[in-house]
Amino acid sequence: MSDRIFSALWIASCAAVAWLAWQIEAPFSYEPIGPRAFPLLLCGAMAAAAAWIVVKPDREPDWPRGTARGKAIVLVVAFLAYAFLFEWLGFPLATALVTVAVGRLFGGGWVAVAAGGAALGGGLWYFFDKLLDVTLPLGRVFAGA
Amino acid sequence: MESLGHLAQGFAVAAKPMNLLVALLGSFIGTVVGLLPGLGPINGVAILLPIAFAMKLPPETALILLAAVYIGCEYGGRVSSILLNIPGDAGALMTALDGYPMARKGLAGVALSISAWSSFVGSVIATLGLALFAPILARWALSFGPAEYFVLMVFAICCLAGMVGERPVKTLLAALIGLVLATVGIDANSGVYRFTFDDVHLSDGIQFIVVVIGLFSVSEMLVMLEQSHAGQAVIKNTGRALFNFREMAETWWGTVRSSVIGFIVGVLPGAGATIASAITYMVEKNLTDREGTFGKGDIRGVAAPEAANNSAAHGAFIPMLTLGVPGSGTTAVMVGALTLYNITPGPLLFQQQPDLVWGLIASMFIGNVMLLVMNIPMIGLFTRMLHVPNWLLVPAIAAVSFVGVYAVHATTFDLVLMVGLGVFGWLLRKLGFPMAPLILGFVLGDMMEQNLRRALAISDGHPSILFQSPVTWILWALAAGALAMPLVLRKLRPAG
Repeated sequence: MSDRIFSALWIASCAAVAWLAWQIEAPFSYEPIGPRAFPLLLCGAMAAAAAWIVVKPDREPDWPRGTARGKAIVLVVAFLAYAFLFEWLGFPLATALVTVAVGRLFGGGWVAVAAGGAALGGGLWYFFDKLLDVTLPLGRVFAGA
Repeated sequence: MESLGHLAQGFAVAAKPMNLLVALLGSFIGTVVGLLPGLGPINGVAILLPIAFAMKLPPETALILLAAVYIGCEYGGRVSSILLNIPGDAGALMTALDGYPMARKGLAGVALSISAWSSFVGSVIATLGLALFAPILARWALSFGPAEYFVLMVFAICCLAGMVGERPVKTLLAALIGLVLATVGIDANSGVYRFTFDDVHLSDGIQFIVVVIGLFSVSEMLVMLEQSHAGQAVIKNTGRALFNFREMAETWWGTVRSSVIGFIVGVLPGAGATIASAITYMVEKNLTDREGTFGKGDIRGVAAPEAANNSAAHGAFIPMLTLGVPGSGTTAVMVGALTLYNITPGPLLFQQQPDLVWGLIASMFIGNVMLLVMNIPMIGLFTRMLHVPNWLLVPAIAAVSFVGVYAVHATTFDLVLMVGLGVFGWLLRKLGFPMAPLILGFVLGDMMEQNLRRALAISDGHPSILFQSPVTWILWALAAGALAMPLVLRKLRPAG
């Protein structure tokens, strides 16, 4: 069933992409086929492949249920929060927080993940920013602005 | 021997202190990444690539680093196969069949050392093959026109579809998704924007690094959350640390045979370390297993697949360096790395960037010696890595991945897009879509479209140009053969 839902959605997106591609127009062109042909070709091929899957789907994958599903959602939310806080809180603090959250998900004790968070936040910042010269943000929120 | 002169030049490049240091570091990181279950070469290379780029390493140094990580992974994968019965990466799957039973018998040290040795032999044989055959293939490929290139890429994708994953249709669809993702951004020929939704972040296209890290790091962490290997104890009693002369003699010819087979399989697009080790294990079992000891801790069953997966990994560099068409996910990431440096891999690489190509080949020899030293006398250091708990490992992977993506453009947009692609990748993986074809499609997308349009410009729009030269005929035939392969195999396999 999941296969069918995914493929049907994918065929719909192919149609949307094809509609977008159709509107691409090159003001001038030196070649027989413009920027529109290749995406259209791909949409056709993708729709055909997806249609095949609709007709002959695989067995249902085993999706995480119950707590496993909850954990997966928390992990994605933690990553999204990390992405948004990366510049605002700065690398060391954001990393420490995400380490605590993700570490708990993977079964670490509170003390262990707190220590791990401090070590990763500080250690990796020093390693990348100071040793390897990869500039990382220290946090806009502390810049006083 | 023209290759020898070039190789000497390559050693001069590889022996620069910076390049030696990077090879050492890469080998070490590669072994660690390889032995950690869940993380394989493609994850390791993907995570390190943006960091190499952000550190402004020169291209040959960056490539040496990534290649060392790749090769190191092929060494490292065996450690967890033998000690945990869980392959550290896909190429080490077969090693567990005899490696773990050997470890249970108290021969873990012998299994680890003989497999390090056969990995080394496989690597050296394949690197010699690379140095010998790559320049010849590159010279031949110089005569390829855009039509030949386009068909060659079709062939590479068909090979993947035929050999990777259980459903060719899904592999094909994954490759097509990669191709379509590559069309986002400005069109090089006409200058129009495609699928950018007037967003300035997308006008350059979706960043390669964002796609790679999203698909191979973020989605991997989601997978790791589902599978916990808790309860599996690492075998502590490793026994005698080194194989003896009799054991070496017993495995020698199997190792050499497997190295040659592995090399050939590695050169083919789509196949690679996993398939190579599976084939050689079967070959050795059929040829030499007279007492039925394979699968019960036979030392020959440990040496053969390890020789094969290493030589296949080295062989995979041939299509990447000579044709610019990678045959595997990991080499696709490396092609992406080169394009970040504005270097187009392909037959001209051997003429225009001899330092890069030969420096890389020479560093493979050096790197393998380093890996042999790391993996026999210093193996204890690595077995301890198996005790790093996931609650520390996963946040560390997350932090390094975010740093890598942030280092390229320093935007929150890229970070969010990476998480989004990671979730998308995880959904695809759950549905049984393999990820390597997707990244291959993404890397090849631009080249494929440009070559198709160039070919059609030559023929004034007639698709017949794609079927005109003998090279295109052969490639079309091979592509069809690759697609038909799974069907034929299914027919040949006895029922039940």
